[in-house]
Amino acid sequence: MELTLIDILLGVLKIFSFVLPVLISVALLVYLERKVLGAVQLRRGPNVVGPFGILQSFADVIKLITKENLLPSNSNKFLFIFAPMLTLLLSLIAWAVIPISSKYVIADINIGILYLFAVSSFGVYGVIIAGWASNSKYPFLGALRSAAQMISYEVSIGFVIITVLLCVGSLNLTDIVESQKNVWFVLPLFPMFIVFIISCLAETNRLPFDLPEDEATLVAGFFTEYSSISFGLFFLAEYANMILMSSLTVILFLGGWYPPIDLFPFNAIPGLVWFSLKVFLILFVFLWVRATFPRYRYDQLMRLGWKIFLPLTLIWVVLTSAFLYYFEMLPQ
Amino acid sequence: MKSIIRHIKSFVLYELVKGLALTLRYFFKPKVTLNYPNEKGPLSPRFRGEHALRRYPNGEERCIACKLCEVVCPAQAITIEAEAKPDGSRRTTRYDIDMTKCIYCGLCEEACPVDAIVEGPNFEFATETRAELLYDKEKLLKNGDIWEQQISSNLKADRKYR
Repeated sequence: MELTLIDILLGVLKIFSFVLPVLISVALLVYLERKVLGAVQLRRGPNVVGPFGILQSFADVIKLITKENLLPSNSNKFLFIFAPMLTLLLSLIAWAVIPISSKYVIADINIGILYLFAVSSFGVYGVIIAGWASNSKYPFLGALRSAAQMISYEVSIGFVIITVLLCVGSLNLTDIVESQKNVWFVLPLFPMFIVFIISCLAETNRLPFDLPEDEATLVAGFFTEYSSISFGLFFLAEYANMILMSSLTVILFLGGWYPPIDLFPFNAIPGLVWFSLKVFLILFVFLWVRATFPRYRYDQLMRLGWKIFLPLTLIWVVLTSAFLYYFEMLPQ
Repeated sequence: MKSIIRHIKSFVLYELVKGLALTLRYFFKPKVTLNYPNEKGPLSPRFRGEHALRRYPNGEERCIACKLCEVVCPAQAITIEAEAKPDGSRRTTRYDIDMTKCIYCGLCEEACPVDAIVEGPNFEFATETRAELLYDKEKLLKNGDIWEQQISSNLKADRKYR
């Protein structure tokens, strides 16, 4: 197939139609987080910039951009600048395979979920490079913690994904959603749903598992030395990752773009709206959890990952496959 | 038996769900924050804010230059110079308060025998330069003129406790 200029332009347009909404929703998510945390603590949260303070994050971005970008004198300059770019890049390219409605996806590839898994595992490189290039104690410790944590929880995420794949029989994300037309996987696989959400919290370094950027012990963890827009890129990447992981949760467990009931007032609403609503719900859970729980200790985090989630998900994989095999419900 | 129940509880995330329910309840509670510049909290009549020098209703200055406030001021923020007026009364020629030194203890208004120096209800007098916080007599009298109504009603409200 010959690629024409128009094809390339259309592709670029399509990519921008994903990236821009993601970046804008990151800004809104930061605002939402501050509002939710405020509300839980009986405060109001930002309410001055724009209507209800909704432009607060944009003001923050302007502030970050206009600040001086400090380069620590003993750092590895190239890697130091490269790390935040890599982190943001990885959290954005993952969106290529996310189907936000039945038709709309950039790359409808048949190994979508593997691609997502690979990209989210890559995320740890940005953190490690940042920690290493900073040439400073706290970022280094934060990076080590992050690496160990992300690898540990990827194991359980992998097993959870396998249980879902056993029920679907395809690695294509669109197929995964379409197999949930009648019943969302959150019902039959409820324990896995919970394990997945908790692992997502660990994977995106969110509270109560935000040990890589633990303020109390590591100042700011792996981005201690970062300032200005390179700090902003890490921040952006973290929240873009949160949105990505909640979209993944929605696709794997909450039936993607399908309405909860296939009846008139619900199925008249376009799939994109349902998808966004569900993502919003999961994101709210992320923020809600942040507002509620204190931080885990590092050994507790590791224990939860290796000694509880790993056996639990492993048993569930065996149970699911045994169940599907015995009742001959394995997808063809 | 107890340990079994405990294990079940920890597996269904009982405590965690309970904690989440609590924060969700708080999420919907009314907020306690005041929208400060638009909403302000109540002030006691004894509130010790920005200083003011008062006048009698006929426009004569109350201050008799007894310098009790200058003496009592623990931060030594007050500087007074006085002279005799042609009509034989003692009047200040200079009455300076260094607001950067003042600790807002209220001893000056307590010491004043004629209720001339008072601390008014105004607490929003931040300035952009330090020099603006070195108040002279003119500025203090102006404050007195601006805040007189509130100051006198506050003094009246607090009278029987003095």
